[in-house]
Amino acid sequence: MVQSRRNSKESEVIDENLKRVYQDMLEEQVPDRFLDLIAQLRAQDDQGSTGDDGKGGASA
Amino acid sequence: MSSDPRDEIVTHLPALRAFAFSLTRNFALADDMVQDTLVKAWTKINTFEQGTNMRAWLFTILRNTYYSNRRKAGREVSDAEGVFTESLSEKPAHDGRLQMNDFRRAFVQLTDEQREALILVGAQGFSYEEAAETCGVAVGTIKSRVNRARARLAELLELDDNDKLEMTDQATMAVVTGARAGGALG
Repeated sequence: MVQSRRNSKESEVIDENLKRVYQDMLEEQVPDRFLDLIAQLRAQDDQGSTGDDGKGGASA
Repeated sequence: MSSDPRDEIVTHLPALRAFAFSLTRNFALADDMVQDTLVKAWTKINTFEQGTNMRAWLFTILRNTYYSNRRKAGREVSDAEGVFTESLSEKPAHDGRLQMNDFRRAFVQLTDEQREALILVGAQGFSYEEAAETCGVAVGTIKSRVNRARARLAELLELDDNDKLEMTDQATMAVVTGARAGGALG
């Protein structure tokens, strides 16, 4: 079908551009605020995890 | 040896931001979404099934946050197009047939649901099944969103006009005008 051949060509062009736009975004530097946030969440856990929460597996 | 799946979260940060940005089209809003997602993921890690796709799991949290906020706000970001197209620097299109800003301008005109489906399948490389699960819809729904998104982009970018498409390709232009492609000077 002519229609589907044209569509697959379109998809190719679109995906190529889509990947480039997405790649640009992936290469953006991750701000420190997120790494800080993770460190903060981890610290909170360490402080509050003295009780047995049933998850176990702390050290093997 | 640590087997806390949360250790893996940090490796998904760039993808999470890219996905958030393509959904919100706004850096500030995208980063707020990522922040909410991190906190939720951290505290609800027990709902993550080890061995499954963590990126998809994080994307699901993020998109649910986004759509729930959108419902509450009752409107979309007004100047989304300007923010999206101006916040990323234009890179020279070496091999590209389209200028990136033209593409971005068209991309932001898609609906949220279309952009999301297209990014997951076309850029992130999720299978239709993974994308469907991430979005909480049927596989057929994802397929139809992707198809509609592509058709709309093609329409906006006038991709059916093949002459125009080829003429914007620098290499083709060079051939047409008889100049040397690649610019190697004797």
